[in-house]
Amino acid sequence: MAEFLDMGGYAAYVWPSYAVFVLVLALEALAPRFQRRRVLAELRARLKRREARTGSPTT
Amino acid sequence: MTPTRKRRLIVISFVLAAVAVAAGLTALALQQNMTYLYSPSEVEAGHAPAGARFRLGGVVLEKSVVRSHDSLDVDFVVTDRFKDMPVKFTGILPDLFREGQSIVATGEMQEGRFVATEVLAKHDETYMPKEVADAIAKAKDTQAAK
Amino acid sequence: MNALTLWFHRIGSPPTFHRIAGVLVPWCYAIGFVLGAIALYGGLVLAPADYQQGEAYRIIFVHVPCAWMGLFAYFFMAANAFIALVWRIKLSEVLAMASAPIGAAFTFITLVTGSLWGKPMWGTWWSWDARMTSELVLLFLYLGVIGLYHAIEDHRQAARAAGFLALVGIVNIPIVHFSVNWWNTLHQGQTVRLLGPSKIDSDMLWPLLLMALATHVWFFGSVLARTRIGLLELDGGKDWVRAIALAEGTRAPGATHG
Repeated sequence: MAEFLDMGGYAAYVWPSYAVFVLVLALEALAPRFQRRRVLAELRARLKRREARTGSPTT
Repeated sequence: MTPTRKRRLIVISFVLAAVAVAAGLTALALQQNMTYLYSPSEVEAGHAPAGARFRLGGVVLEKSVVRSHDSLDVDFVVTDRFKDMPVKFTGILPDLFREGQSIVATGEMQEGRFVATEVLAKHDETYMPKEVADAIAKAKDTQAAK
Repeated sequence: MNALTLWFHRIGSPPTFHRIAGVLVPWCYAIGFVLGAIALYGGLVLAPADYQQGEAYRIIFVHVPCAWMGLFAYFFMAANAFIALVWRIKLSEVLAMASAPIGAAFTFITLVTGSLWGKPMWGTWWSWDARMTSELVLLFLYLGVIGLYHAIEDHRQAARAAGFLALVGIVNIPIVHFSVNWWNTLHQGQTVRLLGPSKIDSDMLWPLLLMALATHVWFFGSVLARTRIGLLELDGGKDWVRAIALAEGTRAPGATHG
């Protein structure tokens, strides 16, 4: 196991490469989830404002 | 296709073609400045910039590497199999530096010798396990012995 | 209208696309994740060490698939930008703009892992050779497209302007690909070839190709996820978006990926 982690002395280069790969792709996949939540929240806020202004429900 | 769409298609295609031609011409014009490295033959023929730093590329000649015992000085010969160029370098060589390996050295000519300040190792596009490489070398040896 | 264009129009209508993509996204991520995990195991554990580079060559299993994806995402973006510019199809605008950040992410990984590979093998983190320089230009093109898109207020105008930049930038794609043939570079030539034999042992090739497949599936998952959001933003005032916004507002937070 220690030998595997050592990567023939290249651990300092191999493991950061894989870490960057996993980390960047994970963040890239998480970003749309948060963005979607934000977009829909903004939309609801806008609907609520319009509702308050016109005094009638929007749906 | 409607006339507007057709016009858009034609206009965009024209712009794209123009950009492609411009890029091609630029690349062609830059070709001379795009020379990343010079081979020993090109240096010998005087193509390399005189009195300036440039990159020398080639293969480390077999049995030419001489390491100093008390410093990081290394002397070796870079060859393109037509012309040879002696190189002097002081510093730590990359892991892939070995005889028969392609290298790229940065430095300048001093008294007929290339004094390098940086030596980079090139590797080729071949990947295989050690056992396979050994088997190929062995097969080549037996072929040569015949 | 024939059956094909009719089908295309139906798929291309925002509410339908949003619904179908919503079903596909989790599947793409799941399949991409499983294939990627197998490829990682194959590359890190099963593949033998290289005869010259030892264990350091294992960076290839993330570096090369990401480099391919950087080019593929650009091609996908430019093709959609072209359709968007000529036929003004809303969905293509959104698809083109959705692929830019993903391509930028893959190109970024390519540059970082290439640097981490270059230091121990070549002896340098970076060199201004044609391959590396053109790959850096690719990242800047992605950033330019993203920046231009966000700089313009109106979504549709922004997508058109950024799409035009993406289209012009496509001249860089063959330069990246052929740089190692056209110029003397520090970077080595093509290892995996479509025409002719690849210069890599089959024990090392399969994790590489499997990872390439995984990143492609992952890319489509991400494109669809981002396109769904783009459609919601674009159709913000329409009934179908309003219904989704209100429905998800009553649900517990966290269950938003419906």
